[in-house]
Amino acid sequence: MEDSVTAHRRPVALSSFAACAYAFLYLPIAVLILYSLNRDGVGGFPPRHLTLDWYAMLFSDFAMWNAVGNSAIVAIAAVALSMLIGFPAAYTLDRYDFPGKAAFQRLILLPLIVPGVITGISLLLLAVGSGLRLSLLTVILGHATALTAVATTEIFAGFSKLDRSLEEASADLGANAWQTLWRITLPLLRTSLIGTALLVFTLSMDEIAVTFFLIGRENTLPLEIWSRLRRGATPEMNAISTLIFLFSVAMIFVSQRLIGRGQGGEQTAALSEALVTGAAE
Amino acid sequence: MRASTFRARLMTMLPVAPPFLWIALFLFAPYCLLFCYSFWSVNEFQIIQRHITLANYLHLLTTPLYLTVILRSLRIAFSVVVLSLLLGYPLAYFLAFHAGRHRHLLYQAVIVPLWVSYLVRAYAWKVIFGNEGVLNTLLLWLHATQHPLGFLLYSPFAVIVTLTHIYVPFVVLPVVASLEKIPRELLESSSDLGARPWQTFLRVVLPLSLPGVISGATFAFLLSFGDFLAPLLLGGPSSVMIANVVANLFGADYNWPLGAAVAVVILLIVVAILSVTQRLERRWRTA
Repeated sequence: MEDSVTAHRRPVALSSFAACAYAFLYLPIAVLILYSLNRDGVGGFPPRHLTLDWYAMLFSDFAMWNAVGNSAIVAIAAVALSMLIGFPAAYTLDRYDFPGKAAFQRLILLPLIVPGVITGISLLLLAVGSGLRLSLLTVILGHATALTAVATTEIFAGFSKLDRSLEEASADLGANAWQTLWRITLPLLRTSLIGTALLVFTLSMDEIAVTFFLIGRENTLPLEIWSRLRRGATPEMNAISTLIFLFSVAMIFVSQRLIGRGQGGEQTAALSEALVTGAAE
Repeated sequence: MRASTFRARLMTMLPVAPPFLWIALFLFAPYCLLFCYSFWSVNEFQIIQRHITLANYLHLLTTPLYLTVILRSLRIAFSVVVLSLLLGYPLAYFLAFHAGRHRHLLYQAVIVPLWVSYLVRAYAWKVIFGNEGVLNTLLLWLHATQHPLGFLLYSPFAVIVTLTHIYVPFVVLPVVASLEKIPRELLESSSDLGARPWQTFLRVVLPLSLPGVISGATFAFLLSFGDFLAPLLLGGPSSVMIANVVANLFGADYNWPLGAAVAVVILLIVVAILSVTQRLERRWRTA
């Protein structure tokens, strides 16, 4: 009798399983962080002699900070471009019906689900075909193309939560389409847009699969780390990875707060579903 | 009058233009180029010959190695999906029905790793699995083993665990979304009608959550299938995946047309899997 469905009682087995799943998600990162403080280097158990030396080493690593600077340049440009394309794309998907809309949506979201290697090499072929030399510019174009998909879905989620009556009121009071967009729609979407921009920025700072094929002489941060990893892991890599992790978590947390306003990330699920089912109808 | 309706129509079409042009230039054109390249070839001086030939595709069909690698990639992706579902479905169920007061925070704790640096997470597993890595030295320290376990790193095992870690959130989120759409009254009436909890789960909850399962699994499958970084970082020769073949042909092996042909094959597999899962989803929804 007692085991009838009650949503209030917590099944112990399920809760402990969930705890294990969270451990699987976070323990590897905890280990990474712990070993960034280990004087004896990457690995070796138990960790002994905790030290901040690796961070000190990292802070005087000029090449690494140069790469951080490059990544920041790329990320800012990629944010600007993907917002400029993603906003009208989301607006279109939210407001209009036109022939080929499903195909339009499918195409713009494609980089989310197509392996980075394909996006990377096809853009490489375009760059070579148009005589563009590989540089941070080609990386920016790659990031913008790949991340417009993310920007579009997140902004689209913002649109679908919007209270349309305010826009209708604005139109009734004689504002034209631009005035309504500028004075009503954009301010209402502000937090969602800022959240999207932060998310795209973070993703661009971390992007590696597409960048791999489009990079010129100047390395972005993930590529700099990658090229050093091929030579072997060092505790300095743990230190920079720890900093990247902390930075990303902070940015993503804030961004999801801004986008979701209490129901964070629903759009992420909706996004994947929309992509797989093609359900924009 | 007609001029103004024309203008109005132009205004409404205006926002479509930038994304449309961008897609045409940076998605559609590159894919077309990829397609073209796959029909070209390189000569003995590694210069690209722009004569249409089926040689690349014939080479792919007649060299068993490519089929082996494609099958291995599908197998690895399938393992990742199975593990992600085994781990992710109960977690999603917990989040949807039993997370309690801290539900919001627990939910965020799944979203954050969805977006957090791929490189950092893959690297974390290298730190754990390495020969001198944390796991091996831990086992030695515990005297659980006499020698470092070599199979941990540079094996399909390491690649599968790492990719599962990376793509679990992609499975959890859509499943949570579809579980939350299930009307609670349905669960209550099922138990009122005398169904045991596991019967309610098998007959009501599981079928209704399948759309989420399908879309999450598709994501995890396709992204794992096309991954080339985890095999490079953690896999050995026995875990080379098909995207690595493309990366090599565009890198050291320098045969872009052949690489393009392999990429087209990957793209076709991706599209085929997408359309199958779409059909599955739709049938499920109408059933």
